[in-house]
Amino acid sequence: MMAAFIFVVSVVIFLQFFVFYCRSLIAVSAKQPLSPEVQEVTGIQRAASGDDFKRVMQLLHLCPERPEDRKGIQAVGAYFQLLNLVASTVARWIPSTKSWTDSERGHCTYFAAIALERRISFSREMLAQQMDS
Amino acid sequence: MVVCALKTHSFRRYFFLNVYMGLSFLASVGRFRDLVRYGISSSEYIYFYFYSDALLTIGLYFALLNLYTLVLDEMKVEKYLRLGAVVLLGGTAWFSYAVINQSSHRILSHFAFELSQNLYFVGLVLTYVLWGAILKLRETRTRLIQLVLAFGVYFSAFAADYALRNLYANLQPIWQYTMPVLGCVLPAAWAYCFLRVSEEARLAPARLATVSR
Repeated sequence: MMAAFIFVVSVVIFLQFFVFYCRSLIAVSAKQPLSPEVQEVTGIQRAASGDDFKRVMQLLHLCPERPEDRKGIQAVGAYFQLLNLVASTVARWIPSTKSWTDSERGHCTYFAAIALERRISFSREMLAQQMDS
Repeated sequence: MVVCALKTHSFRRYFFLNVYMGLSFLASVGRFRDLVRYGISSSEYIYFYFYSDALLTIGLYFALLNLYTLVLDEMKVEKYLRLGAVVLLGGTAWFSYAVINQSSHRILSHFAFELSQNLYFVGLVLTYVLWGAILKLRETRTRLIQLVLAFGVYFSAFAADYALRNLYANLQPIWQYTMPVLGCVLPAAWAYCFLRVSEEARLAPARLATVSR
């Protein structure tokens, strides 16, 4: 009985902390502007849309991986899946959550685009170092 | 994570977090040695695993206290925090002993497991209270916020894992993989935080908790 209670409370709190943590990761990247070059590559001109997330992630996986970015991208990827789940279940009964999930999914895409920008500049630095040596 | 903290000159500021990670590394080395020497189902490995886990949980408890001290820095309540933490730790140990004493004859080994589970749950509640304090005090240091949130994710995942183990003890083949996977969460999140987020970065925590319409 005690274990079941601990389990239920832990899962509820886990979801809450997970959402806040992912939103904090996204909030940090939201302050950074996207370069015109990445805007062109990703097709994100004004506000990012959740529908572009998959495409931006595909572009991200084409670039050489940076170990320090990996966990953040995985966490936001999991958050995006969670949002998709909410959009396809809860949002059907509570329509007001639809606009929230859409906006959050867009933020996830922007986070991925910022990560893409970092990876592109990282690749350029590596290339420049190789050219120098 | 310790290397990242050293690299960003944050070792002393987050001293207990780094000490915990150092101890965690040593425990992992010890566990690996026992795993290679005795095998995963040996009692030596299992005993070492759960006893070291109980000690590490206490270390994690002090790391959480470190974050409390940083958040409540201006209120000068460090002395009361320490006292409260020791009383809570003692209370949790006593509760764990009382539970085990009633239901088991293998007191010491079950005590280590029960203490870990209860400490994870108490740690989870304390992290939740700390998050409440961050919102209430309008703490804006992004690094501190992310460290606390990562703590919350870690504690709640472990508390859920321990509870599931208690509920479904027969699923041991699955549980042997969950802990190592969950164990990566905290070092990865903290290392990311030290590398990616500067000490000067600021963030309004209320924005994270509100749902925009």
